[in-house]
Amino acid sequence: MKQITILSGKGGTGKTTIAAAFTILAKRSVVADCDVDAPDLHMLLHPEILEERGFRGSKMAVIDDGRCIKCGVCREKCPFNAITEDLKVDSFSCEGCGVCTIFCPVNAITLTERISGHVYISRIKYGFMVHALLNPGESNSGKLVTMVRYNAKLLAEREGCNLIIIDGPPGIGCPVVASVTGVDAGLVVTEPTMSGVHDLERALQLLRHFNVKPFVCVNMYDINEDNANKISKFCEENGVEVVGKIPFNPVVTEAMTNGKSVMEYSPESNVSREIASMWDRLCKELSLR
Amino acid sequence: MNQSLEIGLCHLGAFRSLDLNLSSEWEAIIVIVAVASGKGGTGKTSLAVNMAISIGNAQLLDCDVEEPNAHIFLNPKITRQEPVYRLVPLVNEELCNYCGKCAAFCQYNAILAVKGKILVFPELCHGCGGCILVCPKNAIGEGRRRIGVIKEGVRDNLSIVWGELEVGEPLAVPIIREVKRHMDRGRDVILDAPPGTSCPVIETVKGSDFCILVTEPTPFGLHDLKIIVEVLDEMGIPHGVVVNRAGIGDRKVYEYCKGKGIPILLEIPYQRRIAELYSRGMPFSLEMPGWTDKFKKLFEDVKRLVGD
Repeated sequence: MKQITILSGKGGTGKTTIAAAFTILAKRSVVADCDVDAPDLHMLLHPEILEERGFRGSKMAVIDDGRCIKCGVCREKCPFNAITEDLKVDSFSCEGCGVCTIFCPVNAITLTERISGHVYISRIKYGFMVHALLNPGESNSGKLVTMVRYNAKLLAEREGCNLIIIDGPPGIGCPVVASVTGVDAGLVVTEPTMSGVHDLERALQLLRHFNVKPFVCVNMYDINEDNANKISKFCEENGVEVVGKIPFNPVVTEAMTNGKSVMEYSPESNVSREIASMWDRLCKELSLR
Repeated sequence: MNQSLEIGLCHLGAFRSLDLNLSSEWEAIIVIVAVASGKGGTGKTSLAVNMAISIGNAQLLDCDVEEPNAHIFLNPKITRQEPVYRLVPLVNEELCNYCGKCAAFCQYNAILAVKGKILVFPELCHGCGGCILVCPKNAIGEGRRRIGVIKEGVRDNLSIVWGELEVGEPLAVPIIREVKRHMDRGRDVILDAPPGTSCPVIETVKGSDFCILVTEPTPFGLHDLKIIVEVLDEMGIPHGVVVNRAGIGDRKVYEYCKGKGIPILLEIPYQRRIAELYSRGMPFSLEMPGWTDKFKKLFEDVKRLVGD
């Protein structure tokens, strides 16, 4: 089984557009939306939910008011300043470490698991999809990504799919790390802007750090061809293959507004053709055909 | 050249204080304004930078420590740099009797006790120090691990602070905390948040007087806007929306904001010129007439909303 992650560093470069198009081109695969903070892939692939599972990702300190003697030791000892002046737990600050439970002289504090999100296993026209939603403001999105990927793998094995396509979150922090560990290839989608260039370098470093074979796609390359060329040169010097250069085309937003992947909405557009050629290249690389 | 620049800035300062004397109370208040979005790439940094330049005499804190970009647009003179360390356990194997209490206590699976061995996974550690407290043999001490760097810089009358998470380190929150520790409470502060809605965003917007949400009028933009609005509602942080790339997509963002009573503070149209300037790392308000005033007005509106 092969796994490919689409990532970007910078947000909004077109990860989800490309992930949806790849899913269609792959015909039958498991696609995992690992951008659990802001998942958007379902708006293009319209999953029919088969199963839903609660995600208990984090714990939180809960103070039993009946027992609490208001000594304030918990507030003093909390490493995350998560206990307020009136000795309530600030759920946005509590990281569930449990240090307060050690110090509470009357054992009034317990760590309680909370359902901090949901994982969905769904059917789509082109195979299956595993996606999730972190409850607003919850932490531990890395753990939720791991749960999404675990379910995607089980599903792929059960259904005999030989490919998992992972739509990753932006950034390089914990959910991204969880999205790239152990995959066969990472496609970094960038744009020819100063920010895009800066973030591409960091995303490539991340792939190198985790020993994942990197590929690069320059989206909207014609917004600034100078920068696009700089990216190509940078990649060449670093031995990274640029597998696609996608032109800017408003049809992508139009397709999205119509709830469709550009691959379905306008298969003959220059964008769709370039994504298809990129997919061919990646399939060869991953020996998928 | 330098001299005339300085004189120019003095004038700006003079105008500003004059402004403060003449206008109503809300302009005199100092505010902390966060810029967030849910979806990535909607234009947070562009808005934060253009707004900071337009209002002047402010501090910009770039809290997107995974991919800090604001400095690219400001090209500041770096005045200070300091590494960020995080507390991690250091196990003294001579004292350790492998009882496993530390591993049992750690909520982040950062310590594993197997027969005759203690394994520490420092990148998973949140630095709470609980393991040190529960160890009956006093075998765990405080080690430190470098997880990133904080940089401070100035450009004209703006100061900027940003953090950079080291590649391969998963936890952004400690660096964000460090960036915010540099907050200058003597003037207006603009916080540039990372994308998303989970812990790094919460850490950034916590304590802000107002949050500007930058969105684009597309289904993705709207979907992710709704999530971040839920977060802000729960945190009790007042907010308003800036629609970037106005003209693309559809009208659903506007309908949603109207229905929820969320003010639309500014629209930035989709224009190739803006996109090109952005791609070259240039704040577009410096190149396109009229925008400095629009960003100033945006900030004044925010102050008025905070004052109310």
